[in-house]
Amino acid sequence: MDRRSFLLRSAALGCSAAASPLLTPVAFAEAPGESRLVVIILRGAMDGIDALRPLGDPAYAALRPQLNDGKHTDLDGFWGLHPALKPLLSMWQNGEVGAVHATSTPYRDKRSHFDGQDILEAGVLQPGGGATGWLNRLLTTMPGAAAETAYAIGREQMSILSGPAAASRWSPDANLRLSGQAQRLLEIVYHDDPLFRDAASQAIEIAALVKEAEETDLETPDTMAMMEAVQSDGVHVNVAEFAAARLRGATRIASFSLGGWDTHQNQHFVLTRVLGRLADTILTLRAQLGPVWDKTAVLCLTEFGRTAFENGTRGTDHGTGGAMLYAGGAMRGGAVRGAWPGLAEAQLYDRRDVMPTSDVRSLAGWVIRGMFGTSASEIENTVFPGLDLGENPGLLL
Amino acid sequence: MFDPTLAMIRFGTGLSPRFARPVGIDSILFDLGEDDEMAAQFPITGFVDTKPSHAALAWVNRAAKDAVDTPDEPAAMQARNLLRGEVRVIRQQHHLATVARAVEAPMGLRERLVAFWADHFTVIRRPFETAHLVTSFVEDAIRPHVTGSFAQMLRAVVTHPMMLIYLEGFRSVGPGSEVGQRRNFGLNENLARELLELHLLGVDGSYSQTDVRELAELLTGLSYSERRGFFYDARRAEPGQETVLGLRFGADPTLETVLAAMDELAALPQTAAHLAHKMAVHFVSETPDPAMVAAMATAFGAGGDLMAMTAAMLRHDGAWVPERTKVRTPQQFITAGCRALGITGEAVTSIDRGGYNRLLGRPLQIMGQPWESPGGPDGWPEDAESWIIPQAMAGRITWAMQAPRYMLADLPDPRDFVDAALGSLATEDVIFAAGAAENKAEGVGVILASAAFQRR
Repeated sequence: MDRRSFLLRSAALGCSAAASPLLTPVAFAEAPGESRLVVIILRGAMDGIDALRPLGDPAYAALRPQLNDGKHTDLDGFWGLHPALKPLLSMWQNGEVGAVHATSTPYRDKRSHFDGQDILEAGVLQPGGGATGWLNRLLTTMPGAAAETAYAIGREQMSILSGPAAASRWSPDANLRLSGQAQRLLEIVYHDDPLFRDAASQAIEIAALVKEAEETDLETPDTMAMMEAVQSDGVHVNVAEFAAARLRGATRIASFSLGGWDTHQNQHFVLTRVLGRLADTILTLRAQLGPVWDKTAVLCLTEFGRTAFENGTRGTDHGTGGAMLYAGGAMRGGAVRGAWPGLAEAQLYDRRDVMPTSDVRSLAGWVIRGMFGTSASEIENTVFPGLDLGENPGLLL
Repeated sequence: MFDPTLAMIRFGTGLSPRFARPVGIDSILFDLGEDDEMAAQFPITGFVDTKPSHAALAWVNRAAKDAVDTPDEPAAMQARNLLRGEVRVIRQQHHLATVARAVEAPMGLRERLVAFWADHFTVIRRPFETAHLVTSFVEDAIRPHVTGSFAQMLRAVVTHPMMLIYLEGFRSVGPGSEVGQRRNFGLNENLARELLELHLLGVDGSYSQTDVRELAELLTGLSYSERRGFFYDARRAEPGQETVLGLRFGADPTLETVLAAMDELAALPQTAAHLAHKMAVHFVSETPDPAMVAAMATAFGAGGDLMAMTAAMLRHDGAWVPERTKVRTPQQFITAGCRALGITGEAVTSIDRGGYNRLLGRPLQIMGQPWESPGGPDGWPEDAESWIIPQAMAGRITWAMQAPRYMLADLPDPRDFVDAALGSLATEDVIFAAGAAENKAEGVGVILASAAFQRR
């Protein structure tokens, strides 16, 4: 971070513009490898049972009288894809999208969104104050990692990337234009306050990068054809575009949130909207990543699943086991993986939720291991301390 | 030790050349006990009196949905769009009135308390139907009680339509109730869970899933309809005694039972400890002096005396630590900027639509605090690290550089403005930068953007 921080001397005021590090072009560090990892946090707890419907489970229909609306796409005789995910169907068939069912973090019982998300992002069961995020700890194991190796994108705080390793954050709707003099005066008034100094210097630097990226948007005929499949517009599409632009460059890890999954009522309507956004996010990433898509893994993680049964308001309440959707040219998709525990009352967790049969950290751990060559002991001690990595679920090609 | 400049910055809405600083803690508390002049000067209507009402909007919304693909569709859409415009105007007026109060209050402690407790009991609007009514909820249920009793505030919150709509309490039906037996509706735990986790005990509190469920059953009668407003619906209320945190609540499902239960939950020592700590963290530091927190919890007592808790904080030396580790939230930052520039509350309320988007609406989004739109019922983050991130800094710097010249034809001399904005807390780097700026706009901008101004 030193290279990037504000000048340590206010004497720069009198110097030429070139003396200011803020005006110096960023020299990209040698990026660690060619693999790209995108982690999307689905805040609010996605109902895995509705996204990927266990039609073949004998208990399903009775538990979901309203939500089982028959509009799914049959994937393999057992699993049905939610209608809002249909735009991903051809990718599913090509093996570029898949899912693991009945997975969860080790969080149990209290079913609080905030605790659930804290644990998901910290990657440990008891994060406590000052906890670091597991993607940040992953960075500490990557030789040659620099601030631009990892990006947290969007207005939302991403604690999954907070911690000792330098990482970048940006929201594509921010914008910053400053005169050279104003920039130097700001260096002075932030000089003694590291929090402000780092945030402001990054803001100025990223604003310049964004301006540069805008001038080099990926607009090949292929990309433009793929972008036509994107049906919604909004922040999620901008975020995906920005992520892709960074990942085409020196960035190897990007993370952002997609909210709105807390479907206590009228789930059909709400989930259709957010799953549509998720589908468009994935389609945008694929289109904008161009050739890099083949080296990319996208993991969609949520804090927990939802109750096996519908509640009294045509929705579902907070549960335990959920589903992880994944995508990317580097992934082995086209199937719903994971041991399915069943939905009969005796098979449920606490007689209400899907029983988790895998630790979602282990799924992410194996993907990291395959992509970045992180050793098993680094994963079990640093990235996810205390995790037993277990069997390789084989999510990567 | 008490410091008049720090008082304005840490516990008020910021320094202003228009207002004198308080002479001592007694005078701060005396003023806080006086009538709420700002509410009278810049009115905000409550839920019942705000037009268009939730009932009208819900009706128009349904009519528009029903009219899809029928000959009535254009007329129904037009009616909805007309109301959408009215909602936007009211929402903007309510926001501007909120800012005007903070700008025009001599010190602004009451405004800070209102914002703190409103965040504690976060409700989030529904698009269209209640988009202008969050401020009304704060006016009805929060503001009258910030120097009164927490139990009263809690009663007002759990019976307010906006909370019942937001956390879905009004839909929750006791499985054993008359309605529950007859129809396919059931319990919704959302309100009960957030009451225990966020509003009362804190997430570290010792409560179980059983407590959540029993409390949810206890709350089932709390209801709301567009026609009747809030009412207690005995037909939906779960019969039988409920036990929450070992406390047994009456077998008779009535509104009185629920309200009495709120009083008992508000009086728990765990509640006092959670709220005292949260308030200390909000006003003073992420790691507040435990002795101060203990004194605040004691003052809160079994009756939830919020005036006494506020007084206990101000009277404790722990409240006056000179290190300013907290940062102003974007809303506080903009408010403090207006105050330092000498903008009047009157001027704030006369800002037009374009000015609103430019000075408040969009900048707050970029800075990470879109108006009344936190991520969830836990409200806005407290720690400085959550706020001071690159894109938010881009927003703060941009506002500091551009908003003053948009609001004022004649900007102050930056060398004088340092004193107006920071008083005795002006640092050498800021004084130097103010004098070195090439023009007034950049000088004023650098002062407002400085770490010294953003911390409190």
